[in-house]
Amino acid sequence: MSPELRVVGDEPLPPRPERRHLLEIGDLDRDDVERLLATAASFARSQQRETKKLPTLRGRLVVSMFYESSTRTSSSFELAAKRLSADTLAFKSSGSSVEKGESLKDTALTLSAYDPDVIVIRHPQVGAPRLVADHTAAHVVNAGDGKHQHPTQALLDLYAMREATGNLAGLQVAIVGDVLHSRVARSLVQALGLVGAHVVLVGPPGLLPEGLAPSTHELDAITSADIVYVLRMQQERMLEGANFVPSLREYTARWGITPERLRAGQRVMHPGPINRGVELDPRVADSPAALVVDQVRAGLVVRMAVLYDLLTTGPVSVETAAEVA
Amino acid sequence: MSGGVLLAGPAHVDDLVIRGARLLDPVEGVETVADVRVDAGVIAAIGSDLETNGHRVFDGENQLLVPAFVDPHVHLRTPGREDEETIESGTAAAAAGGYCAILAMPNTDPIVDDAEVLRGLIERAEHEARVPVGFMAAITKAQAGAELAELGELAAAGAAGFTDDGRPVAAAGVMRRALQYNAITGRTIAVHCEEPTLTRGGHAHEGPVAAELGLGGWPSLGESLMVGRDLALAEEIGMRIHLMHLSARESVELLQRARAAGVQGTGEVTPHHLCLTDEAVRTLDPNVKMNPPLRSEADRIALLDALRDGTVTVIATDHAPHSREEKEAPFEEAPFGVTGLETAFSVLYTHLVEPGLLPLETLLERMSAGPAAAFGLERPRLAVGAPANLVLLDTAKSWVVRSDGFRSRSSNSWLLGKTLRGTVTLTVAAGTIAHTA
Repeated sequence: MSPELRVVGDEPLPPRPERRHLLEIGDLDRDDVERLLATAASFARSQQRETKKLPTLRGRLVVSMFYESSTRTSSSFELAAKRLSADTLAFKSSGSSVEKGESLKDTALTLSAYDPDVIVIRHPQVGAPRLVADHTAAHVVNAGDGKHQHPTQALLDLYAMREATGNLAGLQVAIVGDVLHSRVARSLVQALGLVGAHVVLVGPPGLLPEGLAPSTHELDAITSADIVYVLRMQQERMLEGANFVPSLREYTARWGITPERLRAGQRVMHPGPINRGVELDPRVADSPAALVVDQVRAGLVVRMAVLYDLLTTGPVSVETAAEVA
Repeated sequence: MSGGVLLAGPAHVDDLVIRGARLLDPVEGVETVADVRVDAGVIAAIGSDLETNGHRVFDGENQLLVPAFVDPHVHLRTPGREDEETIESGTAAAAAGGYCAILAMPNTDPIVDDAEVLRGLIERAEHEARVPVGFMAAITKAQAGAELAELGELAAAGAAGFTDDGRPVAAAGVMRRALQYNAITGRTIAVHCEEPTLTRGGHAHEGPVAAELGLGGWPSLGESLMVGRDLALAEEIGMRIHLMHLSARESVELLQRARAAGVQGTGEVTPHHLCLTDEAVRTLDPNVKMNPPLRSEADRIALLDALRDGTVTVIATDHAPHSREEKEAPFEEAPFGVTGLETAFSVLYTHLVEPGLLPLETLLERMSAGPAAAFGLERPRLAVGAPANLVLLDTAKSWVVRSDGFRSRSSNSWLLGKTLRGTVTLTVAAGTIAHTA
């Protein structure tokens, strides 16, 4: 670690009041998105070096509160914090006082007593991150709340799309599948709007909520897309007997993404976890057209950028951090 | 003040004089500046320079003296959740809001589906209530929607009417039998219109806002389909029916058509559905979560039109107290309902009357004479010989709604921090001074 680094937070830097939290894509404007993606790109360069750890957030504490299962999001937030030298504390609802009936507010107050700089929260209910934000001095990052928002997923998707296609403005994106239950789709539609990309939603009629974006049940609509973004059928969020589709078999037959339904040059994305053979044919998932692993890689650097952006003053010194460290 | 319907409340009556207020009773055709003297709880004289006879005197100058309000839709949470509201706190809140009578909903724990529970409540109210309370009883046992409660015995024990409020009577056959059988009681059946298979998992109006927020949708049709069904049943049977807390444009359109065809249907709207739309839900504040949900601007306008043209004759608060712990939760986990008794007049005056969207006379009538008529209660009126059911209002005064300013035990109001115009200076309920500012 170099002594001349300017971004290490020994002296506390005031948070930028205009964006203390990242609760939804609506908290961001286009400049914020561009800055975060640029910051992520510089962190990506730092991750190609042998020593991947940066001292940037040394002494800071990032607490994660996960009330829902997660593989990619929880691991990448933890690794992002560690790569920036922050301390991490992972709280999981199972095995905690939540099982003894502790409320979200009380858990937030309890964890806030450790003076965390950032609280990362995933929760099955819409608005949980905002409730936590109301009861903590920490910056709060929404890592997914119910069917509402998953802003860091949308940012990493933009990052991966830009890496793969070189440009976001004017990009054609078809989001296919269970949009109704998807916080990923809600965040992504807004994020794509911010950067000037075009979206169409494709899927079974009952799973396309009105008003989000142009939508159709005709899978032919993916033909003009540069990116086919495939969503998982979220059966765990569907009430029993809701009858959104008669069967997964029928869903797959009509909306499953197979090599035959794609044209050359189209790229395929999926936020994971994939139900192979349901919404996505394994031949597609394992093909070079699929950006699934790139998305995971993007998740790390984008989450580094989000933590960095919340806890420091701006984008200028990240170059310093990345280049000098 | 009951027209056959039992209201339980304070036994004593007061003597008082209100000096120089502007008297307004749109139904009686009263509009004048005068003194009002109440002897032993009855309006004894209206005129200028009345003798005080040693009575307590209230200065009404530059204030409005009108028939006190009637709220046919209040949750007193008693028995079962006395931490949220009691008969005493709920009726104190009612008095502070200018109400001289309220009807309490039976979805308590235990549910008021049995005459013993009902008698116990009436007895408690005789000791505790600050304003007269009528207790509604359940239409079906345990409000389960399957077997009729003993409507005859409940009516004999003093039920003010019948409702399964909080839940629909989902089965059309059960609702039809209830309306038929209710002929023996002469009470009003009030219905919570919700088609449960359409609203399951719903937390907000099904529309663009819920779609964007990822909240489960509660579509307008979930209400209007049942409104249509219940009006059709009421028409077939020839019975009166009251439709509670209407929220959707389609619902009031159906009611308008049915009334024009001679159906004895009355409709009710709440202050929150008249003032807010689902845009408010973007805050994810659990204090804008109600059942039925806040709807679109077109719905809100339709409710306001229906209120103006007399399709809807009742404003009710659906005062639904919830503990702080319950409401300090993520939106979907938080229970439905907001308080309203202490803010209803002020918020409607501020949002509808002052901007010229609703005549003051119409507001007063829909908050008093309208609800009284829908439930067969005696109408509060400004007339010599009438029981004193009066409210003195200062419409020039503003106040800020604060969580520590409520008489209610709960503070789950959607108006916290808001400034409202119009305060209640004095409430006289059934001849008793129930509230003074």
